[in-house]
Formats: sequence, structure tokens, C-alpha cells
Amino acid sequence: MALLELKNITLKLDNRNILNNLSISFEKGRVHAVVGPNGAGKSTLAYTIMGLNAYRGFSGDIIFKNENINSLSIDERARKGITLGWQEPARFEGLRVRDFIAVADRKMKTEKIKEMLQKVGLDPNSYFTRSVDKTLSGGERKKLELAGILALEPDFIILDEPDSGIDIESLDRIFEIIKFLRSKGKTIVLVTHSMAVLQQADHAFLMCNGAIIDEGETKAIIPYFENKCIPCAHKNLPDPAENREEGLQ
Amino acid sequence: MSSKSKLANDLYHATGTEEDVLNDPEIAHLFIHHNKVVTSRLLPGLNVVTKELKDGIRVNITTDEGVQFKKKVHLCFGMFPEKGVQKIILKVDIKKNSSISVLAHCTFPNAVDIKHIMEAEINIGEGARYSYFERHVHGDKGGVKVFPKAKVIVEKKAVFKTEFELLKGRVGLIDIDYETICKEESVMEMNARIDGTGNDIIKIRETGHLEGRSSRGVLTSRVAVRGSAKAEIYNKITASAPYARGHVDCKEIVQDKGVASAVPIVEVNDPKAHVTHEAAIGSVDSKQLDTLMSRGLSEDEAVDLIIKGLLS
Ligand SMILES: Nc1ncnc2c1ncn2[C@@H]1O[C@H](COP(=O)(O)OP(=O)(O)OP(=O)(O)O)[C@@H](O)[C@H]1O
Ligand SMILES: [Mg+2]
Repeated sequence: MALLELKNITLKLDNRNILNNLSISFEKGRVHAVVGPNGAGKSTLAYTIMGLNAYRGFSGDIIFKNENINSLSIDERARKGITLGWQEPARFEGLRVRDFIAVADRKMKTEKIKEMLQKVGLDPNSYFTRSVDKTLSGGERKKLELAGILALEPDFIILDEPDSGIDIESLDRIFEIIKFLRSKGKTIVLVTHSMAVLQQADHAFLMCNGAIIDEGETKAIIPYFENKCIPCAHKNLPDPAENREEGLQ
Repeated sequence: MSSKSKLANDLYHATGTEEDVLNDPEIAHLFIHHNKVVTSRLLPGLNVVTKELKDGIRVNITTDEGVQFKKKVHLCFGMFPEKGVQKIILKVDIKKNSSISVLAHCTFPNAVDIKHIMEAEINIGEGARYSYFERHVHGDKGGVKVFPKAKVIVEKKAVFKTEFELLKGRVGLIDIDYETICKEESVMEMNARIDGTGNDIIKIRETGHLEGRSSRGVLTSRVAVRGSAKAEIYNKITASAPYARGHVDCKEIVQDKGVASAVPIVEVNDPKAHVTHEAAIGSVDSKQLDTLMSRGLSEDEAVDLIIKGLLS
């Protein structure tokens, strides 16, 4: 059963179609991967599902738990069970690690916060009272973000390049977390360029030029990935509409 | 309980401090209500002379050479009436190689029309350390006008750190004017954190002159203006000696109909000196906002948390 579905989504940014009549469907309790070249529109897809303000001007429908959520704001979608781990997590001056993890549940017990830190491989003793600011490395912020999501246990989780900036040792921990969340019936979308991450998925979508051009069991998609998208002849071609405007055609 | 000790207790509670300031024999303190000392405790090496004025008080604080105070010295300046003027003329002389840390509370919980003026002259002797944390606790009516003014000289190898915090209660009007002169190898850090709401007006003018070789200074301000509050910040560092290093760092968050301006000025008169500045004014960062909202916080809750972090 589809937990979340996008139907014929077209999104124009800066006069260019970034998502092109895209349809995609994510099943409950499954780990999906979305792969595709730089600029294919993977992060844009993630932001559109999350409902970021700059990504609200689309046509088409987003259905979550059988309800159209097109008009819901980010926080309304989050409260329904959707969340996003960012490709590059934000920095927050003065916001402490412990408050960041417990952000959705101020009454979260210290023990639980520490356990979440431990699970992502951050030593609670040295991170608990630090700030989520520029003194944390990109990889550390990435882990922290995952710790926050793990504490929240939402039903639908998009992880945009969950391995970027993560060292090899910690990667296995992250895969454990993905397995754990799946065992609890959560739906996970892994946006990735990495074979190791792709292999964590049950099912994968190949994205190109703002559309899904293929999908199937992960092992069926791996050859495309290994062959750098060949035999897909697609390139991230400039949008014809844009060319017309600039008088190139 | 005598009226004096009741005032002392009330002031203590208005500050919200957790330490047992009034009873701990190792904590020196001086509490002043309007123009009168209501309680004080001095420690060896710490000398305080006060003189009552019509609408305020003159306070001279000196330390003996080379004394180090283990615990923070607590000062409290306050007024409980709704109206009035409190003028503090403060002279601080931190003698050579001594070290002292002061936590000052200024509390006007019932203010409707209160004017609080502080005129300070501070001298930090060679190799001495002075850290001064001033926390304001105002009422919610916005009826306070605060004019803190200080002239500071930081002698050779001395360290001066000051923080000004106004996060509890309404600001009213605040007009800070601090000027610091730094001698050879001295260090200066001035930091202000203010949360403006309603029709609050915030003016900060902090100046640091790095006159000594290898002196260092940082001016930091963090201000939020919400409602129709206004903030103007003029932070300036001049450097006129070799290897002087300075930095001006100013962040202001503007929400609702708030208005903010920041003018960081850096002036360098020696080719071997180096001063940098950064200023950021704007609404809260959209990525921060989106991140917190994607965890289920409403926009208002997210903005609140971001501002709290910035001002913490
Ligand atoms: N706000 C925006 N305005 C205009 N163009 C945008 C905007 N956001 C993204 N784009 C463009 O949309 C395209 C898709 O970007 P997106 O970030 O979704 O790609 P991606 O598949 O996530 O790439 P990567 O693998 O590099 O992360 C890119 O060409 C990008 O330049
Ligand atoms: Mg991306």
C-alpha cells in the first residue's frame, strides 16, 4: 500500500521545470532509494514532499495516508509523520545538541537523548552540551540530525545523501539505524550517489531530468547505476522553455 | 525583619540568582536600592567606598595588588518603586596582577518610569583580570530607560571581559556607550545580548582602541527586534599598533515590524595590525526555520528557539 504518493508533479523554479510531470509512490515499511545524476532534481523532490515554502508552486497532487497534503505547511506535514534529513544540515548558533535532539519533545529524558547520541556514534559526554553551530563538523551535524530523527520515529523519513561526510566506521551504524527504523514499519527514502547506501534499499527509483525514468528491485537498478546511467540516453538538458526565452532556438 | 534586610532579600529574589549570595561567607556582595546600600560583605583585598547622592550613589571599588578572588563578587543595583531615577557613579580600580569576576544585576521589576544611569571609569592594572557580567531584569511594562556608560583602560597584559545581557522583561530604552583603550598585549572582549520587543529602543555604541602592540579585542553583539522594536548598533575598533588584532561581530534578527541597523567600523593605522568585521541582519535563516519545522515545531516556536539560541 502506498504511504506517500506524488501524482504528475511539475515544479518550475526560475522559469525552468525542475520536476517534470513526476509520479512516484512509496510503500509503507519499505526502504526506497532515489538515485540519479547531480542536478536530476532529487533534493528538489525531497523539499517538495516536505513542503518547503520555495517548493510549493507545483501542479499535481501529493497524497499521504490517503489524504491530499498539497496545501499543508512543513510543520503540518511533520506532525502527520513526514520528516527530512538534509543533504547539508543547518547550523544553529547557541542551540545545544541536547535541545536539538529533543526539539519535538521537550520532556525527552536525558537518558534517551544520550542513547540517541550513542546510536549515531557520538560520545554523549563530549557532545551533550555543545552547540549545533559551526564548531561541529559537517559529518557530526549529519549524525546529529539522524539522532534527532531517530528520537522522533516518524512514519515517513527522507534522508538526503545520508552518507555524505560520514566516515566508513560510522556508516555501518547508520545502516543499522535504517534497518531498525524499517523493522518498526517506517518508510524510508534514501537519496544517494553511493552504491553502499543504494544496497540498503529494497527498491529503487532512477531519476533524471526531473522525472522517474525507471524503478524496480534494487538489484535491477544497480546496473544502470554501475554503468553511469547507460543505457539511459538522457542528459540533464537545458529546458526548451528556457532556451526559447533566451532566444537560443 | 528590618526594612533594610527585607529590601536586601527582595532584591536578591528579583535577580533570580541561585547562589546563596547573602549568606555565603566566601561571596562578597554589595546590594544597592536606589541610593542606599542595603547589604554588603567585603573580603580581604576588596575595598569598597560608597557615598550617597540625592538620586543615586557613588561607588569606588579597588582591589589590592595581586589578590585573586575565587568566587564571583555580586553587585545588585535596583529599584522597586514604579518611578524614579538611579544614578550610579562607579569607579573601579583593579590593581596590578589581581583578578576579579563581578556579576552585577540591575533589577527594576515594577518600572513604569525609571531612569537608570551608570557612569563607570574602570582601570585594569598591569597583568590584572577583570570580568564584569551585567544582567538586567526588567518588568514587563517597558518603562525603563537605561544609560550605561563606561570608559575602560586595560593596561599592559591585562584582560577585560564584559557581557551585557537584557533578556528578561521589556527593554524599554537602552543606550549603551562603552569605550575601551587597550595597552600592550592586553585583551578586551565586549559582548552584548539584548532581546527587544514591543516598542523597545536599543542603541549600542561600543568602541575599542587597540593602542598597544599585540593587543587583542573582540566586540560581539546579538540583538533580536520583534514587535516594533528598533535597534541601532555602532561598533568600532581602531588599531594603531603592530600585531594588534581586532574583530567586530554583529548579528541582529528582525521579526514582525522590527527595525535594525548595524554599522561596524574598523580603522587600522598600522600596517602590521589586522581588524575584521562581520555583520548579519535579517529575518531568521530559512534553512534553520525549515529544519525545526520539519521536526514539527510551528513557525513561531521555531523562531523563538532560534532567537533564544542566538541570544544565549
Ligand atoms: N531554488 C532554485 N531555483 C532555481 N533552480 C533550482 C533551485 N533549486 C534547485 N534548482 C536547480 O534544480 C536542479 C535540481 O537540483 P537538485 O538540488 O534537486 O538536484 P539533485 O538531484 O539533488 O543534485 P545533487 O545530486 O547534486 O544533490 C538543478 O539544476 C538546480 O540548479
Ligand atoms: Mg541533492
